[in-house]
Amino acid sequence: MTNDLTRWSAARMADSLARREISAVELTQAHLDRIAAVDGSVHSYLHVDETGVLAQARAVDDARARNEDLHVMAGVPIAVKDVVATEGLPTTCGSRILSGWIPPYDATLVTKLKAAGMPILGKTNMDEFAMGSSTEHSAYGPSRNPWDLERIPGGSGGGSSSVLASFQAPLAIGTDTGGSIRQPASVTGTVGTKPTYGGVSRYGLVALASSLDQAGPCARTVLDTALLHAVIGGYDPRDSTSIHAPVPEVVRAAQSADVSGMRIGVVKQLSGEGYQAGVQARFNEAVALLVDAGATVVEVDCPNFQYALAAYYLILPSEASSNLARFDAMRYGLRALPEGVDDPSAEQVMAATREVGFGAEVKRRIILGTYALSSGYYDAYYGQAQKVRRLIAQDFDRAFEVADVLVSPTAPTTAFKIGEKLDDPLAMYLNDVATIPANLAGIPGMSLPSGLATEDGLPTGFQILAPATKDERLYAVGSALERELVSRWGGHLLEKAPTLATVGAEVAR
Amino acid sequence: MSSLSRDDVAHLAMLARIELTDAELDRMLGELSVILDAVALVQQAPTEGVEPMSHPLPLVNVTRPDEVRPGLTSAQALSGAPEADQQRFSVPRILSDD
Repeated sequence: MTNDLTRWSAARMADSLARREISAVELTQAHLDRIAAVDGSVHSYLHVDETGVLAQARAVDDARARNEDLHVMAGVPIAVKDVVATEGLPTTCGSRILSGWIPPYDATLVTKLKAAGMPILGKTNMDEFAMGSSTEHSAYGPSRNPWDLERIPGGSGGGSSSVLASFQAPLAIGTDTGGSIRQPASVTGTVGTKPTYGGVSRYGLVALASSLDQAGPCARTVLDTALLHAVIGGYDPRDSTSIHAPVPEVVRAAQSADVSGMRIGVVKQLSGEGYQAGVQARFNEAVALLVDAGATVVEVDCPNFQYALAAYYLILPSEASSNLARFDAMRYGLRALPEGVDDPSAEQVMAATREVGFGAEVKRRIILGTYALSSGYYDAYYGQAQKVRRLIAQDFDRAFEVADVLVSPTAPTTAFKIGEKLDDPLAMYLNDVATIPANLAGIPGMSLPSGLATEDGLPTGFQILAPATKDERLYAVGSALERELVSRWGGHLLEKAPTLATVGAEVAR
Repeated sequence: MSSLSRDDVAHLAMLARIELTDAELDRMLGELSVILDAVALVQQAPTEGVEPMSHPLPLVNVTRPDEVRPGLTSAQALSGAPEADQQRFSVPRILSDD
């Protein structure tokens, strides 16, 4: 076991804190030191709250010294995606239009983190308003993949994935509208869960597509992911789409790691053609390991998945065009005046502000959504996409009659190079082909590492999907697979990642 | 093939309240046409008799007791405003003089 605290699992940190072997301040400072050493090259964070996070850690240590009852995760630090409102901390969504915005309130999930005594290290980078698969659409520059700094860390939550893979935080919050937790996890060798829609409150999340958005936990192990899921999940009266039921028993499921008798459905439409050889090979091996662990495998047919990407790229832009109308230069965010206009109208100011405040991808999707919702085209595009959405949900219903969980590769490829797909929006959209169906149906999904692709030595991801509100199944299967893989690898996958050059140290390349 | 014209894109941008430069307009026209051709695939799906689905949860109205609960103070609500005056958001003119 290493003495470098930043490389520990969150579960071990929590345990060590409870035993008073380490202090929360010591643990937090170790992460701040790590951030200072490597974030110049990885660029996971948009904002680091050095003063605030140490104060929160000190408060936990003081409470522990007074023998107060503390949450099991008290003192374990965390990074939060910049789409989540944090009182007193900048929240930009990776956009120029929110540059410098300081929310006057906390998102519910942030309130829960604070109540659990989890110090917040800072805010992580993302594609602007969560639109993208690479963080290249961030107005503040891309994050880098710790496995290869020339490659993307996934998106939109590439800040939250790279922060974990570079040991700058043990836990992170992500949001997943079409794969923004799972695809970044896949390409960085980390773990992430999109809970059932309504499983984690959306209050205080800057909305992208309200019927698809879901916040969730990101971590380096399945158990750590479950521990965070249990902190942030649950009913919230401030989110009218929140599920009125207890959080599924995710921690117990992760600890049980029991798949005996479980029926694993391999989705025919989500493998084979279009999937990189190494991604497919690691996926097949992982399925075989689950069989060795006592599961049975069936192939399931989801014929309407072929329309999922098209339906998603109509539904998302439609909802986004409506949600992002709030950026009108009146109540918060940027206000830019049109050039050469005396006494401009509110309308002209709004248009000028959105011209300079939004990046190319955001403009593209807003205009696409405006088209899909416009009179004369509504039925052919948005209306038709909503019917396809129903067909996809029905495909899932049928599949879950014969399988307890469904599995697929998380993303069709390993991490691509920065710049490679930036000028081809459609190629970028294809990264989400396997993750999108879960968002359309509202069901939970997890990605965990399945290994390294032989051809490029980069991480590959394994996706698990479960019926709505059965999130615990993800953790039982994920934990069982992780146990088998880690024992084969002789350690966690991230131990194989290259050592990052650190500031102040001499490193030969 | 979608039959989007440059004027259509300019009109959509106006509806969406986004000023676009000529160069952006040209680029957007090309990209939107490609994307629209791809997403038009939904029109080939077997959707006859299928009910549209707008949301993953079968929700009915969600209500709460009509009780006062804490909200933002006016100072908090105005804290991010580009311009504020007399405890209110200050905005450019809405109507023209003529």
